[in-house]
Amino acid sequence: MTEIYNELLQMFTFTFMVRALFVGLMVSLCSALLGVSLVLKRYSMIGHGLSHVGFGALAVATALNAAPLAVSIPVTIIAAFLLLRLSERGLIKGDAAIALISASSVAIGVFVISVTTGMNTDVDNYLFGSILALSQDDLILSVVLTAAVLVLFVFFYNKIFAITFDETFARATGTRVDIYNSVLAVLIALTIVVGMRMMGALLISSLVIFPALSSMHVCKRFKAVTVCAAVLSVICFFIGLTVSFLFATPTGASVVLVNLLVFMILYLIGLLRGHLHKSNG
Amino acid sequence: MSIVSCCDTAFSYEGSVVAHGLDFRLAEGDYLCIVGENGSGKSTLIKGLLGLKQPSSGSISYGEGVSARSIGYLPQQNELQRTFPASVEEVVLSGRLANRGARPFYSALDRRIVDETLIRLGIGDLKRYSFGQLSGGQQQRVLLARALCTAPDTMKLLILDEPMSGLDPLIKQELYSLIESLNKQGITIIVVTHDVQTAITYATHILHLEQRQVFFGSAHEFQHTKAGQELIRDSCGGHCLVCGLAAQHG
Repeated sequence: MTEIYNELLQMFTFTFMVRALFVGLMVSLCSALLGVSLVLKRYSMIGHGLSHVGFGALAVATALNAAPLAVSIPVTIIAAFLLLRLSERGLIKGDAAIALISASSVAIGVFVISVTTGMNTDVDNYLFGSILALSQDDLILSVVLTAAVLVLFVFFYNKIFAITFDETFARATGTRVDIYNSVLAVLIALTIVVGMRMMGALLISSLVIFPALSSMHVCKRFKAVTVCAAVLSVICFFIGLTVSFLFATPTGASVVLVNLLVFMILYLIGLLRGHLHKSNG
Repeated sequence: MSIVSCCDTAFSYEGSVVAHGLDFRLAEGDYLCIVGENGSGKSTLIKGLLGLKQPSSGSISYGEGVSARSIGYLPQQNELQRTFPASVEEVVLSGRLANRGARPFYSALDRRIVDETLIRLGIGDLKRYSFGQLSGGQQQRVLLARALCTAPDTMKLLILDEPMSGLDPLIKQELYSLIESLNKQGITIIVVTHDVQTAITYATHILHLEQRQVFFGSAHEFQHTKAGQELIRDSCGGHCLVCGLAAQHG
C-alpha cells in the first residue's frame, strides 16, 4: 500500500505529469460542461469530427514546421462553425457532414505526413495521445479556456439552458441564439484542440460525450446533470491519469476506460432506480 | 381596437414566395385558428407574428401595448424535448428569461410567478417532476405555463403552434378547455392546427392558408364555404374529437 502511495507522490515530482494533470483536469471540466449542451442537442458527433479536423491541422502544422496551436486553433474553429451551420440548415445531414469532414481531414493529415516526414511515432502520438506533447502554451490556453467556460456557465447558465431545451422558444423570446451557438462552437473547438494531443484525436470526443451521458442516467434536472457531469469528468480524468502512471498505460485510453466504467455503473444504478420507482408506485 | 393586423403581407425564402396576400386583423379577445396543409405557410406566418421573420412585402402591426414581451408562445412539439433531463420548474422558469435582460439570475419574483402559473394551470404538484417523465398532455401544459410566464399579467396574445398533435382525444379536450378559459380571461389566441373540426367549435375566426390567404372570417362563415366544408370533412375522418365524443354520448 505504502508503495503505491509513494509512487503516487512521485507522480507529482515530474513537471510533465503536473502539467498534464492541470491541463487534463481543466480540459475535462470544459468538455463535460460543453458536452451536456452538445449531447442534448444531438450534436455529440461534432466533437468527434473536430478532433479529426484537429489531427489534419496538426499534421499540416508539423509538415510546415509551424506552431501546432497556431494552425490547429483557427482551422478547428472554422470547422466547428461549418459543422454547426450545416446541421442547422440541413444542407447535408449532420452525421453525413461529420463523416465527410472527419475522413477528409484524416486523409489530408496522413497524406501530408507520409509525403514529408513519413509515418512515424508522431502519427501515433496524434492519434492516441501523449502527455509529453503538452507545452507551456497548452497550460496557458487551458487556463484561459476554463475561465471562459466557467464565466459562460455561471453568468449565462439560464440562457444556455433555454437554448439547449428549446431553441425556437429562446429565439422567439429574444435570446440571441446564434451568438450563444457561435460561442459554444468556439469553446468546444478550443477544448478539442487543447485536449487532443494528450488524449489523442481518436479518443478526445469521449470526454465530451461520456460525462453528460453518465450523469443523465442518475440526474433528472438540468442543473444536476451539468454539475454531475463536470464532477464525474474531473474525477475520471484523475483516476485515469493515475492508472496510466502506475501501470504505464496510455493516458488517453486509460481515461476513456475509466469513463466507460463509470458510465456502466451509473447505467445500472439508473436501471435499478427505475425498477424500484416502478414497483413502489 | 385591433390587436394585430396584417396588411397584404407576403413572406419569401431566398426569393421564392411561400405565402402572400395575408390580410386580416384581430380584435382583443378574438380566437383565431390558422388551418391549412403542411407547407401552406402557417409556420412562416407564426414566425412573422413573433418577429422572427420579416415580411418580404406588406406589414404586420400590433395594437397599443402589445410588444414581444406581451406575447406568449407555445412552439411546435420537439422530439428532443420528450426525454430532456430538466425539472418542470427549470423549464417554466425559462419563460421568465425575456424579462431578465442582462441580469443573469432569476429573482424571487420570477419563482413566485412560476409557482402561481403552475397552480393556475392545475399542475402545481408537478413542479419538482422531471419534464422527460411527464405524459404528452402534461408536457404541453408545462410549456403553456412557460408561455404564460413571459408576461403573466400583461399577456395580450398567445400563439400556439400545433399544440394538439400527438395527444389523445380526452387530453386534447382538456387542453382546448384550458385555452378557452385563457381566452375568456381576455387573452387573444392564435392557434395553428390540423384539427379543423374541433377548431371551429372554439375559434371565433378562421384563417385558411394555401400559400396564400384562401379565407379569413368568422368560424361560422367558414363552415359555409365549400373549401371549409371539405377541410372539415377531411380532418374529421370519422374519428375526430367532436364526432368521437358525440358517438360516445349517444
